[in-house]
Amino acid sequence: MTRTVTTSPTATRLDALRAQGRPALVGYLPVGYPDVERSVQAMTTMVDAGVDVVEIGVPYSDPVMDGPVIQQAAEAALAGGARVRDVLRVVEAVAERSGGEVPALVMSYYNPVLRYGVAAFARDLAAAGGAGMITPDLIPDEADDWNAAADEHGLDKVYLVAPSSTPERLRLTAQASRGFVYAASTMGVTGTRASVGDRAEQLVADTRAAGASHVCVGLGVSTGEQAAEVGRFADGVIVGSAFVRTLLGEEPWPERLEALGEVTRELAAGVARARTGVAGGDA
Amino acid sequence: MPEQPHQPVRDALTETLADQDAGRLADVHGPYFGQFGGRYVPEALIAALDELEAEFRKAQQDPAFAADLSRLHREYTGRPSPLTEVPRFAEHAGGDAVRIFLKREDLNHTGSHKINNVLGQALLVKRMGKSRVIAETGAGQHGVATATAAALMGLECVVYMGEEDTRRQALNVARMELLGATVVPVTLGTRTLKDAINEALRDWVTNVESTHYLLGTVTGPHPFPEMVREFHRIIGAEAREQMLERVGRLPDAVAACVGGGSNALGIFNAFLDDDGVDLYGFEAGGEGIESGRHAARFSGGAPGVLHGARSYLLQDDDGQTRPSHSVSAGLDYPSVGPAHSWLHDIGRATYEPVTDAEAMEAFRLLCRTEGIIPAIESAHALAGVLRVGRRLADAGQRDQVLLVNLSGRGDKDVATAARWFGLLHEEPATEGDQ
Repeated sequence: MTRTVTTSPTATRLDALRAQGRPALVGYLPVGYPDVERSVQAMTTMVDAGVDVVEIGVPYSDPVMDGPVIQQAAEAALAGGARVRDVLRVVEAVAERSGGEVPALVMSYYNPVLRYGVAAFARDLAAAGGAGMITPDLIPDEADDWNAAADEHGLDKVYLVAPSSTPERLRLTAQASRGFVYAASTMGVTGTRASVGDRAEQLVADTRAAGASHVCVGLGVSTGEQAAEVGRFADGVIVGSAFVRTLLGEEPWPERLEALGEVTRELAAGVARARTGVAGGDA
Repeated sequence: MPEQPHQPVRDALTETLADQDAGRLADVHGPYFGQFGGRYVPEALIAALDELEAEFRKAQQDPAFAADLSRLHREYTGRPSPLTEVPRFAEHAGGDAVRIFLKREDLNHTGSHKINNVLGQALLVKRMGKSRVIAETGAGQHGVATATAAALMGLECVVYMGEEDTRRQALNVARMELLGATVVPVTLGTRTLKDAINEALRDWVTNVESTHYLLGTVTGPHPFPEMVREFHRIIGAEAREQMLERVGRLPDAVAACVGGGSNALGIFNAFLDDDGVDLYGFEAGGEGIESGRHAARFSGGAPGVLHGARSYLLQDDDGQTRPSHSVSAGLDYPSVGPAHSWLHDIGRATYEPVTDAEAMEAFRLLCRTEGIIPAIESAHALAGVLRVGRRLADAGQRDQVLLVNLSGRGDKDVATAARWFGLLHEEPATEGDQ
């Protein structure tokens, strides 16, 4: 039976941070890189170093929204035998580690979820303590099954908007989303960029005007400075490739974890000072 | 246990017919073909897909667009393509019980049916005011056709091609470069057509404001499956008229090879609403279904989502795309156009696998009996029609008329065929003869 969902795990967290006067740092890592156990270690390292919301990536054979860094990690994870059921195990571990304080969102292309069974995936994700799912290649127009399953299990539904989205699509997407709306800062795929597009701020404003209560920005953020700049106007700053990149090297694993922790702390400091009036390139 | 996401469609035919104003299968329009199709793409692309659909609908109503396209067909492509009866080939398909006719898309400019779609989309690109086109290619036929249209219309052109395919089809790479296109070898994933499409989609998400993705087959997000079918409609329309003129009646069966499925849909479309005409699509059976090395989506796949559409798909238990295999690069793709999945589910068309070995035998047979070197892709349809003809003859049928879409010529495949048949004896090259 469908029950009415009144609270969103992720929005609750964003509201708590908003009350503290800062945006959230949302961190992405794929499950299974370099293997399932160590991907759990990496995610908990990220949480301990200051990530507020974790985005747990399902490695997929055809990630069309991802640039070379995340592609490489996903390909290696699949070659190493990572499975969709491992994702649920990782969700459980992350949720446990933070005592439920840090929402664990799954990020998945649609076909792995479709194959698992949309209703079954929602049920198992909720049972594992997951907060919801981000769907880069599923638009609300095609998402009747997922919307129903997410509603039944109280899961967040995070859809994307882009600088090319029309006002009508912003409204549709804002209405369909729960938790937050993921605003792509620029036209493109994931990866680090020298600057975050200047269209991001306008897109966040337009998305709010279209009815979204929480908007987080992703694509291209890799430095504390960029995080501070984006955090000035967004409810959350989403970082992926910059974290994944620290894990790709040949260095011993503890050193790679150390590098991940360092990048996390830099980005966390960025979001912490985002609204103190000294943020941005001039700070 | 994962649930099986696929529910068989019981009354899909009736429902689909009720949904459509015209009530004709040939006119079913997107975004959905039964439970297949749709738009499973990043939001960033939706505005461009909407713009494309709007421009396409306007063009469909515009006599000037039809006139431009028709002039290009006639003066540039060389349409109508001929219909050729192949009696010496047909002897091998049930003796004198069967007559076989080939629709000669191999004689089009650039050597395959691909030009039909490319010219149509390139005209749309001009109307939309975009300056750059990107394309994916497997065998290279679509890449060559796109590079050709881009040269003709003064558009910048980038073609993504799996590294593995650039090796298999080196001649077509040179051809595209001669035409002024940039060919980007894709070194990710399986390094074939599927990965070339991934790269093209990434380019499109990034450059969508200046760039049109000139998708080469009836797959992808709406409106591509419908739009590309419309641009290939001319194949079946001509063939139908030619059959009536030559034989005085419609064929008993129509056969085509199915990779993405554009040449098949192009010829099927004119016969979809003729109950007496059986439709056969032949997929790449590779080294055999049991070997796991094939591209037979209907025999070895299940419905899923890839590259923007829901359709039959080669995938594992986790929904990861399984690599396909075929001797022909153009059929080496793990999914298939959603309209074919629909025609399969409603039982209007029959899809069967043809192995590499069967295709190559039919390839050689057409060369030797008729003096026509087919593309290896099209050779799958030839092998299939031999099978259908023998079946009909065995069942005691007489006077059967079979129509095959010969979608492309085999010049690009001579090296592959020479290796397959062991024809490269001593000197590997005799370029001094030129």
